[in-house]
Amino acid sequence: MTRYFTKDHEWIAVEGSEATVGITDYAQSQLGDITFVEVPATGSAVGKGESASVVDSVKAASDVYAPVSGTVTVANSALEEQPELVNTDPEGEGWLWKMTLSDPSELDALMDEAGYQAFVAEL
Amino acid sequence: MRYLPLTDADRSAMLSVIGAGSIDELFADVPAEARLSDPISGLPNHASEMAVERHMARLSANNITAGSVPFFLGAGAYRHHVPASVDHLIQRGEFLTAYTPYQPEIAQGTLQVLFEFQTQVARLFGTDVANASLYDGSTACWEAIAMAARITKRKKAILSSGLHPHYVETARTMAKFTGDFLDASAPELTTDPDDAALIAKIDGATSCVVVQYPDVLGRIPDLGAIAAAVQAKGALLIAVVTEPVALGLLESPGSLGADIVVGEGQSIGVGLQFGGPYLGLFGCREKFLRQIPGRLCGETVDADGKRGFVLTLSTREQHIRREKATSNICTNSGLCALAFSIHMTLLGGEGLMKMAKLSHLRARQTAERLAMIPGVTVVNRHYFNEFVVTLPKDARQVVRDLADRQVLGGVSMGRLYPQVGSLSGALLVAATECTSEDDIEALATALTEVLA
Amino acid sequence: MNELNPSGWRPAMGGTSPADAIQTFTGNRALQLEEALLFELGSPDRSGVDFDDVGDIDLTALGPLARSHRADLPGLSEPETVRHYTRLSRQNYAIDLGLFPLGSCTMKHNPRLDEKVARMPGFADVHPLQPVHTVQGALGAINELAHWLIRLTGMHGVAMTPKAGAHGELCGLLCIRAALEAKGDPREVILVPESAHGTNPATAAFAGYRVENIPATPEGRVDLAALTARLGPDVAGVMITNPNTCGLFERDLKTIADAVHAAGGYVYCDGANFNAIVGRVRPGDLGVDAMHINLHKTFSTPHGGGGPGSGPVVLSEALSPFGPLPFTARQPDGSIRLIEEEQANEEHPQAFGRMCAFHGQMGMFTRALAYILSHGADGLRQVSSDAVLNANYVLRRLDDVLDAPFGGAGPCMHEALFSDDGFAEGFSTIDLAKGLIDEGYHPMTVYFPLVVHGAMLVEPTETESKAGLDQFIGAMRSLAERARAGDQLLKSAPHLAPRRRLDETLAARKPKLVYKPA
Repeated sequence: MTRYFTKDHEWIAVEGSEATVGITDYAQSQLGDITFVEVPATGSAVGKGESASVVDSVKAASDVYAPVSGTVTVANSALEEQPELVNTDPEGEGWLWKMTLSDPSELDALMDEAGYQAFVAEL
Repeated sequence: MRYLPLTDADRSAMLSVIGAGSIDELFADVPAEARLSDPISGLPNHASEMAVERHMARLSANNITAGSVPFFLGAGAYRHHVPASVDHLIQRGEFLTAYTPYQPEIAQGTLQVLFEFQTQVARLFGTDVANASLYDGSTACWEAIAMAARITKRKKAILSSGLHPHYVETARTMAKFTGDFLDASAPELTTDPDDAALIAKIDGATSCVVVQYPDVLGRIPDLGAIAAAVQAKGALLIAVVTEPVALGLLESPGSLGADIVVGEGQSIGVGLQFGGPYLGLFGCREKFLRQIPGRLCGETVDADGKRGFVLTLSTREQHIRREKATSNICTNSGLCALAFSIHMTLLGGEGLMKMAKLSHLRARQTAERLAMIPGVTVVNRHYFNEFVVTLPKDARQVVRDLADRQVLGGVSMGRLYPQVGSLSGALLVAATECTSEDDIEALATALTEVLA
Repeated sequence: MNELNPSGWRPAMGGTSPADAIQTFTGNRALQLEEALLFELGSPDRSGVDFDDVGDIDLTALGPLARSHRADLPGLSEPETVRHYTRLSRQNYAIDLGLFPLGSCTMKHNPRLDEKVARMPGFADVHPLQPVHTVQGALGAINELAHWLIRLTGMHGVAMTPKAGAHGELCGLLCIRAALEAKGDPREVILVPESAHGTNPATAAFAGYRVENIPATPEGRVDLAALTARLGPDVAGVMITNPNTCGLFERDLKTIADAVHAAGGYVYCDGANFNAIVGRVRPGDLGVDAMHINLHKTFSTPHGGGGPGSGPVVLSEALSPFGPLPFTARQPDGSIRLIEEEQANEEHPQAFGRMCAFHGQMGMFTRALAYILSHGADGLRQVSSDAVLNANYVLRRLDDVLDAPFGGAGPCMHEALFSDDGFAEGFSTIDLAKGLIDEGYHPMTVYFPLVVHGAMLVEPTETESKAGLDQFIGAMRSLAERARAGDQLLKSAPHLAPRRRLDETLAARKPKLVYKPA
């Protein structure tokens, strides 16, 4: 399993042609308490860089962009009752959706963990 | 100037602290050619309280007021009695001159009122939840149509022919720009609304069906039957209530299956005010909570664990979501919601029922009396406090002639539907608990004369 | 001596009091009274209204949907009602109690004459659909206010019906859209500067436009070069707030307007801050095509704890033909006509439609008209003068203890902008704002405009005295020093309000919008 990161603070963990997407620990710390997560519908097509999900905190609503293109296979239904999972475990239990990749070469443009940490340190 | 505390000495002292020679210097960023050197010409200068009052009283006197003559107008605005304590309480400075309750620690008064108001509206409408109010019934109706489009991801709204024409026009204005398709038509003068024809229009592309209850002619559509048909097609039923007092005697739209219930709250606590400000009521099923337009007040606790209230779910709103907001609406109708809530508290369930009963009784007495006049026919089989009669003359002229006899006899359908010739002889007549038996007799006498 | 103090009463003064340690039986603290919810107090059997008893009447005319049970709405007697709402009111801050330094909101004194006038029966007790000849006075009041708004702004026409500021924005954009469509040139983009109100892009999106942001200059104004570079055949217009949300006048507005017009677009001006320039500058002279006026700001109709507002839109000659129905027109004989659907085809064929039922916020029109007549042309000019003077006074008395990002750019208009730059680690704008509550003030506008981090926007308005401002300035200086020093007590402020900080996260995660019995 390989984990990639975007400049918009999404992570994507890829295993073969399957992947899981969420937001980073840095993103959740900046947003504060997450109050609601709107996840994409199963079977919906998402394009790279398009808004696929919305994460609400008390005073802001932030779009989460699909890191790569593909089709949503399942969304994290646990977030309906427990949006706080995105705060407590953003890169584990707080994942947003799983998807199949339509163009794995899109991953090449993303950062690895070290690259992302360096990127965040600059902010 | 009685509203401006600064003295010339204050102004000089402040200018020297600022380091400016004159107030004009503070406007240095305004290009010289746009700066006016003197008060705008052709307009009067300041006036004393007495002078302003005299001027406004003259304007006020140049109207026939609803309370001064026999009065039978409705069509989306009703004259009900408002207890004296309502206006006293809404004029308390802490309500009247408070801001939107964004700082909850010092706005618990307004917030608790909104929470109570939301609960009252939800119970009255028979919905799970309600919002903190919208501008008025017509804008609330459009907001419901837009919300149904968001939920169903469909663009076709079917408006019943019994929906108030101003509500239709308000929706039409917006739909032009959002690309929603509205199926709307004018009503026909039948004893009952044609629910079957409405149901026949519903298809798989329909986002919602909008039904006024009672409708613009005062008839009472079978919401239960329409709800079943709407839900079978995966659409939503929006019920519109322009006379909330009706719900003192009629089953609530929510209990009959409506998904969203909107309305005009003006009848309770607000008064006629020549059309505004009014009060948009909005309730719906809990599952649509995050799609609701406008402000919402919610219960929570403070740092000491004490119960308290806050404006919540504001991320739906435009000042945060900017171009992705659920609605363009940015304010509510707070003071009107307060008036509604106080009046409803004074009434209670029992009082609301009595008020409705008296309104219905007066309407029935009016209908029975007018039916005795040659050439006058009551159209409705059923009604709450408003019904339609057909006259042997153009009702617009009849209304003007009645006014010349010091009777405000109703709303002509011709004014509401100027393009529909078949409605020109129809007059919409409303009664409330304010209507006396003498008023009814005065209307009958004047109408007999006018039609003779 | 036969009676030695039989009641036992004697004058006695209390000792020192550890107020925090005192727990009262009721939870009340003297004049700070707790109030239960209506649903915990009332019942459907109780009522504060008497009706004539009509007994059991025939209800067959209601038809089959007659109710089987009365609605479950709790009632209270009149004394209980008065007490319930009076107690609740005392948990609110209000202008009647003190300064409301909310930037961009213009919370000024609400004259009580205006309340009296609005309740005159010829305005309060008339129906919107009465025959026009029976409501000449009410229509006359609307027409008179319209005349003032047109003259004060130097515009050509005015749409009176919009119900609030955002509704007015929508009305203005729909006029622009209708005007472009009438030319067969619909266009699809509206440009909105970063310094605009958040409602502007939302409104443009609702009117069916794509929104593009225009950056601000380091001085806090619209980037003229960026804006003019973006103009083209797809741009329907720009929405500019002037004075802008940084409290600065957009010096280049006329230049911008000329460029937009040359490119075939229109200029919308957000008039929320008109209080800064009323009587001194006419937007019409700057090339504005449409501008909404918040009657609840500039013309002091009460905010009422969140509405009702009123947002008439003044229109240029180019846009006036497209304004919505209905509107009033004065006839040569002095009578007023109402142009609505019936007359529109003949007399106003290009109207884009209706914003709402009836004629708009009449109750706000009469209040605003009384306010305007009271001030007159000279008084309104003094209003903007004093509003700007007060704001500059606050700015200069505080810029040594608070960072003022645009303070070096010269005078501000009606509001002064500060940031939390220089506060101790972990302290931000919210802490100072909540500290103001304990000092007896409503907080200023916080975290807005977005172009400044941790923004604090202070608008004192013209109805504050110098002594009142001096006291506020003293409180602000004290709080600024505490925030710089890292006073932990400030982190948990307010301590003295009816409630401490409320858990907004809980409210949003588990929404409870209606009362449900336990």
